[in-house]
Amino acid sequence: MDTHDTQSDARPVLEGPDIARVLTRIAHEIVERAKGADDVVLLGIPTRGVFLARRIADKLEQITERKVPCGSLDITMYRDDLRMHPPRALARTEIPGDGLDGKLVVLVDDVLFSGRTIRAALDALNDLGRPRAVQLAVLVDRGHRELPIRADYVGKNLPTSLRETVKVQLAEEDGRDTVLLGAKPTSR
Amino acid sequence: MSKILIRGAKVLGGEPQDVLIDGGTIAQVGSGLSAEGAEVVEAEGKVLLPGLVDLHTHLREPGREDSETVLTGTRAAASGGYTTVFAMANTFPVADTAGVVEQVWRLGKEHGYCDVQPIGAVTVGLEGKKLAELGAMHESAAGVTVFSDDGKCVHDAVIMRRALEYVKAFGGVVAQHAQEPRLTEGAEMNEGIVSAELGLGGWPAVAEESIIARDVLLADHVGSRVHICHLSTAGSVEIVRWAKSRGIAVTAEVTPHHLLLTDELVRTYNPVYKVNPPLRTERDVMALREALADGTIDIVATDHAPHPHEDKDCEWAAAAMGMVGLETALSVVQETMVATGLLDWAGVADRMSVKPAQIGQATGHGRPVSAGEPANLTLVDTAYRGLVEPAGFASRSRNTPYEGRELPGRVTHTWLRGKATLVDGKLT
Amino acid sequence: MQRHLISAADLTRDDAVLILDTAEEMARVADRPIKKLPTLRGRTIVNLFFEDSTRTRISFEAAEKRLSADVINFSAKGSSVSKGESLKDTAQTLEAMGVDAVVIRHGASGAPYRLANSGWIDAAVVNAGDGTHQHPTQALLDAFTMRRRLIGPDAGLGQDLEGKRITLVGDVLHSRVARSNVDLLHTLGAEVTLVAPPTLLPVGIETWPCEVSYDLDSTLTKSDAVMMLRVQRERMNAAFFPTEREYSRRYGLDGDRMARMPEHAIVMHPGPMVRGMEITAEVADSDRCTVVEQVANGVSIRMAVLYLLLGGNEPAVTHPRTEEK
Repeated sequence: MDTHDTQSDARPVLEGPDIARVLTRIAHEIVERAKGADDVVLLGIPTRGVFLARRIADKLEQITERKVPCGSLDITMYRDDLRMHPPRALARTEIPGDGLDGKLVVLVDDVLFSGRTIRAALDALNDLGRPRAVQLAVLVDRGHRELPIRADYVGKNLPTSLRETVKVQLAEEDGRDTVLLGAKPTSR
Repeated sequence: MSKILIRGAKVLGGEPQDVLIDGGTIAQVGSGLSAEGAEVVEAEGKVLLPGLVDLHTHLREPGREDSETVLTGTRAAASGGYTTVFAMANTFPVADTAGVVEQVWRLGKEHGYCDVQPIGAVTVGLEGKKLAELGAMHESAAGVTVFSDDGKCVHDAVIMRRALEYVKAFGGVVAQHAQEPRLTEGAEMNEGIVSAELGLGGWPAVAEESIIARDVLLADHVGSRVHICHLSTAGSVEIVRWAKSRGIAVTAEVTPHHLLLTDELVRTYNPVYKVNPPLRTERDVMALREALADGTIDIVATDHAPHPHEDKDCEWAAAAMGMVGLETALSVVQETMVATGLLDWAGVADRMSVKPAQIGQATGHGRPVSAGEPANLTLVDTAYRGLVEPAGFASRSRNTPYEGRELPGRVTHTWLRGKATLVDGKLT
Repeated sequence: MQRHLISAADLTRDDAVLILDTAEEMARVADRPIKKLPTLRGRTIVNLFFEDSTRTRISFEAAEKRLSADVINFSAKGSSVSKGESLKDTAQTLEAMGVDAVVIRHGASGAPYRLANSGWIDAAVVNAGDGTHQHPTQALLDAFTMRRRLIGPDAGLGQDLEGKRITLVGDVLHSRVARSNVDLLHTLGAEVTLVAPPTLLPVGIETWPCEVSYDLDSTLTKSDAVMMLRVQRERMNAAFFPTEREYSRRYGLDGDRMARMPEHAIVMHPGPMVRGMEITAEVADSDRCTVVEQVANGVSIRMAVLYLLLGGNEPAVTHPRTEEK
């Protein structure tokens, strides 16, 4: 996930309606692949993954007419780059009531990039229970993987250069829904 | 010994004059003196003082030669402009017999850097219980006239009274380390705002003041004179001022560090600031300066207390108390008293040479800079300013609180009875 | 910038709230099947205890182990220290073994400060109680307990203790807990009152950011939390107070006094309690008393502190006072 400030020349690649549409699609794909989503637990990765997970959970509820457990998984303490930055403030890990054992856990994040966040999430999951299977849903896959990790559900494949930034904005946090593609600032 | 002409020195800070030393004596003081046959010391702009006298030095020998010896201590004294030091009695063994005081006195004589006048212990082993043989120490070759249990207080009122009375027989004086022992159990620093915050054991001002009050009353009662070591609080100043106004024969000393440093420095927990009596508050510092200026406090004494590095390179509680001071005393006095306008150089000569020599009866020291007097002299470059660098100390120990601090003044020459002990800042 | 926690006074309001918020997340680890995080894997922490304190040592040890640090326990008793080795040599010996942080408990006030600022070692220093000076993690766990009880675990996130009225009762003079709490609670916006006989209050207390009272009963009714400090019986012999009975009567917390506290108010104690002296069994065992919670919270707080000091490439908290070289 890129966190640079939005450049003035950043251009939207997904707008609000597009985001709603792809999340609906992802929800349908989950139902299809999980054969009804009976044992699905959605875990969003803070910050924006949590909002996306809730939106997908709402859509799953509309489709299946059942409440789908949804929580959050903070991966900060499992990151492999902890010693390259000052310690980060921790976010909430919230595991829904019945736990994860034997469940199909779908991790939800906004951008899939190097894959390191997802590796940390898999480690974190390991300490929290033993899911039947783990799948990954992302809004944007921008490529440039550094680990053998792939997403099961992708909102949009977005070929990017390493010199570009991808910024996801969601109404819950940023006041609007959009995905922006911009140029990385040359100097910091 | 040959002739030395000190040319153009400001004697006691006054008009430039030439001073001719011949042998051990000042031969002539005047202007345009002939340099014929004399080694010339150009002293233009420098201040010439009578050799300084320190009534309170710890030379540590015998017993703690790892921190200082009579040789290293007197070399440090000469570096600081001193021609006499009074060596405190808290050595191992304690200087409570004629044998020990004579040994120290002889060592000083042999080395020849500075006269060493031993101070005798008041009580056997500094234990405060039984009077030491004060008369025997006085009659010894060392001729002891000042007695002190310094490091410990003669806290028993009866013992103190007897000591004050007894030394009258031979004109001695008792120098009291004023510290009420019960009030200072576990004491580590001045008791006040800083100690409350740092959680260090408090050394209350009243523990000093109550002893001084008692002792001036005792001195008055038995008609003796008493000397107060390292007076450190504004309250002590008030008591001494009152006693003097009543005509009581009390004299008092202040250390350079109590004229400059405050207990705020203890916030660093750096044991170079650990000293007994402890650093006090800004208010105390100001009262001490004023008292030294108006004569309530008679003299500056260093309480030069050398300690090996390991005794200071540790946590506060484990550290030894004390600071070296001989080599920085004059600079600190210039900074705190001269630069502030509280004393002129004649006043400095009075507080650091004349009066201490009188109190300790150091004959031949603290004399006027005039023809016929012994040539005990100190030449000071008062325009100098520089950082204190302990690595350059002549003392064996480096426990100075002034490391890296900029201070004014530098002693360039010291003469002990006409013999140079320090030339251009270098020991001979 | 150095990486130490020496005094509660070094923490800014934001530092302290960050530590409390982090501890809130750490507390949730205790509810998991695997109570362990990989965060400090490969880091070595030594618990350097020059004073006996099993409780504090175990609390730090639990925190360190939950964060996967390698832990070395060093107790001064029966070690080279009792043979006269200096703090400096001990610390340097330990650092030579590759220690990243030193958690130090020492009987001398200022020993941790000295260790952190003398250039003896490069490791981070965490003060686990020094003499009668400071015990910052105790103050943090106390503040954490107050915030959880008086505001709520979740409602408290991001919050300080603005306007809370906290009363500390007992031997303030000899208490590092009192000093740390006054500093931290003041930083967090609480109103602190110290209650003790005048003999057990330090000279110089007038500059502390708190009220001082000699009367327990008048402050109880306006307290949101009352913290009882341990009073050692030996103090009697040094004339700090006449008898145990008189002390308990004037400054002890019993059921009657507790009943006069506001209904929501809690009773705290840093432990170990001297039952019958500063606190009666009735109060100690009541559900208003948070002693056991404080112990559990201690592990969370120490995890938070160790994570924030050691979890990254530089500490996340600022230490104005210990920045000097």
